[in-house]
Amino acid sequence: MPAVSKGDGMRGLAVFISDIRNCKSKEAEIKRINKELANIRSKFKGDKALDGYSKKKYVCKLLFIFLLGHDIDFGHMEAVNLLSSNKYTEKQIGYLFISVLVNSNSELIRLINNAIKNDLSSRNPTFMCLALHCIANVGSREMAEAFAGEIPRILVAGDTMDSVKQSAALCLLRLYKTSPDLVLMGEWTSRVVHLLNDQHMGVVTAAISLITCLSQKNPDEFKTCVSLAVSRLSRIVSSASTDLQDYTYYFVPAPWLSCKLLRLLQCYPPPEDGAVKGRLVECLETILNKAQEPPKSKKVQHSNAKNAILFEAISLIIHYDSEPNLLVRACNQLGQFLQHRETNLRYLALESMCTLASSEFSHEAVKTHIETVINALKTERDVSVRQRAADLLYAMCDRSNAKQIVAEMLSYLETADYSIREEMVLKVAILAEKYAVDYSWYVDTILNLIRIAGDYVSEEVWYRVIQIVINRDDVQGYAAKTVFEALQAPACHENMVKVGGYILGEFGNLIAGDPRSSPLVQFNLLHSKFHLCSVPTRALLLSAYIKFINLFPETKSTIQEVLRSDSQIRNSDVELQQRAVEYLKLSSIASTDVLATVLEEMPPFPERESSILAKLKKKKGPGAVSVNELEEGKREGGELNGGGGERGGDNSTIAASNASTPSPSADLLGLRTGPQVSAAPPSAGSLLVDVFSEAGVNDDGFLSSAPPSAVSEDAAPPLPESNELLNKFVCKNNGVLFENQLLQIGIKSEYRQNLGRMYLFYGNKTSVQFVTFTTTVSCPGELHPQLNVQAKPVEPLIEGGAQVQQVINIECLGDFCEAPLLNIKFRYGGALQNLSLKLPVTINKFFQPTEMASHDFFQRWKQLSQPQQEAQKIFKASHAMDTEVIKAKLLGLGMALLENVDPNPENFVCAGVIQTKAQQVGSLLRLEPNAQAQMYRLTLRSSKDTVSKRLCELLAEQF
Amino acid sequence: MQFMLLFSRQGKLRLQKWYVPLCDKEKKKITRELVQTVLARKPKMCSFLEWRDLKIVYKRYASLYFCCAIEDQDNELITLEIIHRYVELLDKYFGSVCELDIIFNFEKAYFILDEFLLGGEAQETSKKNVLKAIEQADLLQENLDFQIRLLPAST
Repeated sequence: MPAVSKGDGMRGLAVFISDIRNCKSKEAEIKRINKELANIRSKFKGDKALDGYSKKKYVCKLLFIFLLGHDIDFGHMEAVNLLSSNKYTEKQIGYLFISVLVNSNSELIRLINNAIKNDLSSRNPTFMCLALHCIANVGSREMAEAFAGEIPRILVAGDTMDSVKQSAALCLLRLYKTSPDLVLMGEWTSRVVHLLNDQHMGVVTAAISLITCLSQKNPDEFKTCVSLAVSRLSRIVSSASTDLQDYTYYFVPAPWLSCKLLRLLQCYPPPEDGAVKGRLVECLETILNKAQEPPKSKKVQHSNAKNAILFEAISLIIHYDSEPNLLVRACNQLGQFLQHRETNLRYLALESMCTLASSEFSHEAVKTHIETVINALKTERDVSVRQRAADLLYAMCDRSNAKQIVAEMLSYLETADYSIREEMVLKVAILAEKYAVDYSWYVDTILNLIRIAGDYVSEEVWYRVIQIVINRDDVQGYAAKTVFEALQAPACHENMVKVGGYILGEFGNLIAGDPRSSPLVQFNLLHSKFHLCSVPTRALLLSAYIKFINLFPETKSTIQEVLRSDSQIRNSDVELQQRAVEYLKLSSIASTDVLATVLEEMPPFPERESSILAKLKKKKGPGAVSVNELEEGKREGGELNGGGGERGGDNSTIAASNASTPSPSADLLGLRTGPQVSAAPPSAGSLLVDVFSEAGVNDDGFLSSAPPSAVSEDAAPPLPESNELLNKFVCKNNGVLFENQLLQIGIKSEYRQNLGRMYLFYGNKTSVQFVTFTTTVSCPGELHPQLNVQAKPVEPLIEGGAQVQQVINIECLGDFCEAPLLNIKFRYGGALQNLSLKLPVTINKFFQPTEMASHDFFQRWKQLSQPQQEAQKIFKASHAMDTEVIKAKLLGLGMALLENVDPNPENFVCAGVIQTKAQQVGSLLRLEPNAQAQMYRLTLRSSKDTVSKRLCELLAEQF
Repeated sequence: MQFMLLFSRQGKLRLQKWYVPLCDKEKKKITRELVQTVLARKPKMCSFLEWRDLKIVYKRYASLYFCCAIEDQDNELITLEIIHRYVELLDKYFGSVCELDIIFNFEKAYFILDEFLLGGEAQETSKKNVLKAIEQADLLQENLDFQIRLLPAST
């Protein structure tokens, strides 16, 4: 192919580019450009009409100037003119200019859209493609408005050329990304999905990107793509390397398409159809097998393409997280890559293993590679690979290897790159806390952290060590001793002084018996650091001094003297001066009793999620706005530190910072998955049928005081949110069940044995009365023989602003799954209001708590070991994993929360007996939180399988 | 893919393709930052790096760096081969492509890229099909060049 002639079309352009390249300085270049701009401007403004070629050449020069990084403020009109040229090459340059330099000048957009419209309807495939490329490159809202309706038609039309289909698919994808509201697939959906079956591999390659994006947003509408994708993938994977001709890349059949197919499948859960699933598992196995075959080529392109598919397959296996065999194979494969000579593969293997570490099926398999990963942390020459190794060590850490991993991370920290030190510090701090068996190890680790990387130890970290020391009296003496020793170092980090000041101020008395750390020695040691510290630290030290006066009366005169010195009492910093004055006065006028009360030891901090964890999440997390909010919370804390006028100041700093971090802020970060949306309610049709059948069968007006006609065909189906409302009351008995603009329904309930009484409070929120107010409670379907619900009549009239009460008596006859339905009808200003809710009566309400010892618990647990007696769910946490909140919920559930039963203190176990009229059903529960993965595993065992299942469903929505 | 940048060892930008809407100022800032980051890396280092919330995949061919920004879910290795296939296309079209070809025929480099990638996704991965599309366009162009060369001669 003749190369150079291609540029010869525009000799003037080539000359200009040469000129620019020959410029010796930036100034010369700018001068040359300005000259050219002036020339072009005069040509465009000149009287003589320019021919198409010149226009094209000048537009191209302008484009070149723009791409060099200079601003261009004219020439748009000339470019638009080129669009309507019937010469391909002029049109092409016009489109290129528009694509690169689009400008939201509305007049111009109208002209551009006109030209595009003409080309789209030209039926000339080359022109159509140009127009589609332009739309895809610009992707503006105006273009979406103009063309989003037309392009799907082009995409699926039978007579559209393949190349045009390819452009149309990706063009639509771009428009969908910018203006999803304007791209409506509707009637085209099924034909678009069937493009996966197209004979032309290029069409499939382009269309699948569109389908993947649409599937992410509307999985249900596109779910037929799963089986199509599996069969397409299976055909590619099983084809010989030459079958696909030009779509084979370095002996790998269709690598791009394979990756995209595997990616599409990651939008969905594993296929339900056994045959489809079997075929897919076969594909994944084949891909894993091929990784073990000798390479067909030594070229890196061959191995890259092959491994791209392999990594995508592993991502899918991890996404499914349900095939232990495949997960372990994936882990072994990645293990081989950990020692591969290609840096890229080592990097990707470390990255991919991180996600495998959080799967319960492969966690152990990942752990076997610990030595290799530690070695990578020590020897990799590329910081980004070392970073991945550190991430993986963090992910694979558990109680069994925590000491080793923390030690390795600490030693790595001494030489770690500055860019990753802060994150490493946070990770070490979190692991040390999370897996601390003895807290002296924890204290040692944190003090080492401050010693090695003090500059990178954020407030959260040293606040946390203080919180923990204050809350655990078994470690206080050790902490005081260790921090005293650490402060002996001639140069120690200011953070060490802070921790030292605080801890000695609280617990210095615990080591004062040793003459080597007598009160005065402690004080002198702290005070020797005072002058090198910043104002906030000095303020903290002053507070430690006044605490010393309380702890050790013998230091009083020495400390008073220090406080009285000019450098304190007349300090130019108002905060320090105030503290010195106040503490001095306090120490001289207050009696010992008063002093002891004011300066009492800090009370324990409420147990909350570690503030460090929130910080790490923040570092990693996206959501910029919410991060700012957290930052603000922190800043407020910081101000308190400088501004608090008394001893409490420092502590309130800690408390404030702590308060800003637990559940609410974790929520703001948006790191957790949103509250689980309960399963879609059954369709209105089937529910109505249920209601009908009830109404028909039970002519005795079974439950309700309302006239039978009220259980009529017009009872509304339950509100879509009624399942969610129901879930709110699984662990509590009182609260607001429902509220809209008119009506509020409050609920109070109590249960004893198999009986319950519920009070419903209907409040009229308007100033107008509700008339013909009737309520009906019904037990649909299978619920009827299991639950007996009697509702007392309710007043048919509720005045504006008034509230009426209804009593409902409940008797549990057998175990049940469904909830009774409450239908409410009334007229408000003439309009009939009709709504149905689920009454929050769930099987757990009939629990009697059962206390038992560890031995009994496990004995019973073993007795209930038949598979159907157990129900288990593994799910993502929807709320902050706060121990106290979890406990409160489990207690609200009605079972006994058993302490000291599970060998792992982080787990929760409960026991209880469900009382129904027919029988008693014993149930045991175990909840295992995994804070690192933000997951829970919930296991229930009951003597009755339906009970285990139902309790498991109910509870999985609670945490 | 969010964008692709081609730049020289001296840090001169030779081609930029943006698949997400960004203002010129932001584009310049990103370019400056990435060119600096990538040029600072040593030859044996890995071809991937985390940058902001994106993944950068880059590879050097002679004096040119090809650098793509992809999203978290995207596949790094297949992106490396996207780069390689683009280089192959340029090479086949220009006949052992060098930096100068891309400087003097920058518009061609853009046209070829548009045939291969559209909206940041692979449109056509067959080398033969992409080149066929470009050749067809060139055929139209050469006819035109012929006419143009005639024009100045006749006046």
